[in-house]
Amino acid sequence: MAEQKDTIAFSDELKAYINEWKHKEGNLIMILHKVQQEFKYVPREAADIVAQMTDVPLAKIYGVLTFYHYFKLKKPGKFNIQVCLGTACYLKGADGLIEELENVLGIAEHEVTEDGLFSIEPVRCVGCCGLAPVLVIDDEVYGKVTKDQLPGIIAKYQ
Amino acid sequence: MAVTNYILVCGGTGCESAKADAIYQNLIHASQTEGVSETVQIVKTGCFGFCEQGPIVKILPEDSFYVQVKPEDAEEIIKEHVVKGREVKRLLYNKDNSKKHAKVEDIQFYQKQFRIVLRNCGFINPEDINEYIAREGYAALEKVLFEMTPDDIISELKVSGLKGRGGAGFPTWLKWKFTKDIDDPVKYVVCNADEGDPGAYMDRSTLEGDPHSVLEAMTIAGYTTGANKGYIYIRAEYPLAINRLKLAMEQAREYGLLGENILDSGFSFDVDIRLGAGAFVCGEETALLTSLEGNRGMPKPRPPFPAVKGLWDQPTVINNVETWANIPVIILRGGEWFAKIGTEDSKGTKVFALTGKIRNSGLVEVPMGTTLREIIFDIGGGIANDKEFKAVQTGGPSGGVITKEYLDTPIDYFHLQELGSMMGSGGMIVMDEDDCIVDVTKFYLGFTVDESCGKCSPCRVGGRTLYNILDRITKGKGEMDDIDKMRSVGHAMTKASLCGLGQTAPNPILSTLRYFEKEYHAHIKDKKCPSGKCKELISYYILADKCIGCAACARKCPVAAITGERRKIHRIDQDLCVKCGICYETCKFDAIYVG
Repeated sequence: MAEQKDTIAFSDELKAYINEWKHKEGNLIMILHKVQQEFKYVPREAADIVAQMTDVPLAKIYGVLTFYHYFKLKKPGKFNIQVCLGTACYLKGADGLIEELENVLGIAEHEVTEDGLFSIEPVRCVGCCGLAPVLVIDDEVYGKVTKDQLPGIIAKYQ
Repeated sequence: MAVTNYILVCGGTGCESAKADAIYQNLIHASQTEGVSETVQIVKTGCFGFCEQGPIVKILPEDSFYVQVKPEDAEEIIKEHVVKGREVKRLLYNKDNSKKHAKVEDIQFYQKQFRIVLRNCGFINPEDINEYIAREGYAALEKVLFEMTPDDIISELKVSGLKGRGGAGFPTWLKWKFTKDIDDPVKYVVCNADEGDPGAYMDRSTLEGDPHSVLEAMTIAGYTTGANKGYIYIRAEYPLAINRLKLAMEQAREYGLLGENILDSGFSFDVDIRLGAGAFVCGEETALLTSLEGNRGMPKPRPPFPAVKGLWDQPTVINNVETWANIPVIILRGGEWFAKIGTEDSKGTKVFALTGKIRNSGLVEVPMGTTLREIIFDIGGGIANDKEFKAVQTGGPSGGVITKEYLDTPIDYFHLQELGSMMGSGGMIVMDEDDCIVDVTKFYLGFTVDESCGKCSPCRVGGRTLYNILDRITKGKGEMDDIDKMRSVGHAMTKASLCGLGQTAPNPILSTLRYFEKEYHAHIKDKKCPSGKCKELISYYILADKCIGCAACARKCPVAAITGERRKIHRIDQDLCVKCGICYETCKFDAIYVG
């Protein structure tokens, strides 16, 4: 356990948050959200630390982490390309966008490019169906995206 | 100086994504440089609903409706409209060129709408409690605290006929009464804002545009049922709504409208936010409560119902965002007023997220009983790109399709169910001739299989079985008895699944089999996909009489399957073709044929 602590450290803000929340009922999901916010995913070591700080068994933490789509166990690319797969986006060709992204980046869904720059994540409805099909990169939303635009969009982040 | 112009900038998610904030900032900047910052008030509001035309800027008192505004248009709007009093005509919504000055009431998109839930969306600044109060906000709370008993409130709700807007349509007054009648010092009020239905964003827009309406209603429910604590369970994917809710809660506490001893009435009530984490099943109330407790969000058998034994086993009133937003209006206007709107079976209005192959995508609120035709063709402006209407899907992954023959059906809980679909939360997805029914059904089943929590086997095994059959059919490997198999597995799931997710998961199949069985036959018997969507069942050919040999398709083909000399007819090597369809999209001469 000691060497794991060396590899990962929680910020003071995160520690304070966990200490504030650990006595509240129904806190686990809120705490895990905060952890993911800090690391962009929930590393195994972070889950260990949460278990220690909150006295919640690691098994329960993993039970929750694996149940919800929002929590990531693998480190995403620096720019995680979220492709909306809501019904409106699907009808307007979001599956084609994923295919094209896979071709352009040479990776599959949920994988990260070798340089660690990009990953592709199909997501549930982003809630701007009027703009379908939609991509989200780093909180920037791209609406009415066509396959042709993808190389240009990716180039902006390279 | 008095304010002469109000500029309302849509700050809904759609417009915000299209740089509404930059427009807002530029407008402020331009008003300062033009020296008119004292006479214009610039407000960022919630969703206007007309997402197709976003970003939207509306200017009062002229009621000028500017659409598809860009950040660089801000200066012109201030210089021309505010300073010189001349409308910027090129930005006005003006679809048919029939009206030179299209005002909001001239726009067909808004004409058949009637706004109760969205009453403040697009009118007020959701980040300022004073604007909510100015539009009768918190008047209902004041009324119940000082003039009404809990029984009065429940009977008012009963008269109103309000049913839950989350999908199942359970009478709201009855839910509240169950909880009220239990003698227990600890009770809870919960807002279900876990809007998981893909293609629906009503709740998001309501919370973003009018967060106080939900807080006020929850407080009223607290007073009615004897609860002092409320939780809003909201998707983590909705950061804007979360922030606006937090701000609203702070402001309400400051004003003494939330927290200890509300308005000196002696009644205390406070609200906390809990984040969801992307599990569709958590829209089901027992699963939501389990998740709120910090666990894997698995449903529990009912009874006991949450109204009796809910959050941490305490009596809990749980309603969805849209239901909550109706409450203050019912209290102020009265149940009888509300009951006059709508049909015999369903009272009030319903908000729909109209999306898919429709000309005017957006958020619409109509009285119950409005027909599908009115929504799709009058409000929605018909099908985009002049294609043929094929079907409309309501109720999301739990719902079904409705075809052309039934477009004149009045929309209410009863009629939709009779057609084999359901109201659901309000997603309304329009499909055109290019959409393959089997493929869309597979999409929905893929969704529910992925979202099944795995607790009960009818849903876990049944859903997967159905998905596998559909997958087979779309790949040309279906057999005729698959249709009977799907029906029988589907009916078993409906009867035996533990919660709403599994019980309704077969609906997309059962409903499409009812109206589009022939399309299934085409896939199974003829090994053809009539809409050309299922890759394994189609091939691309070049029509010799139309190809001019421009080689545009050959250049775009990612696998170099298209060959031919320049200015001569090209051909596609079927062994190499990966059926990506790029040639079809590229060809300007309709020379690519899908068959």
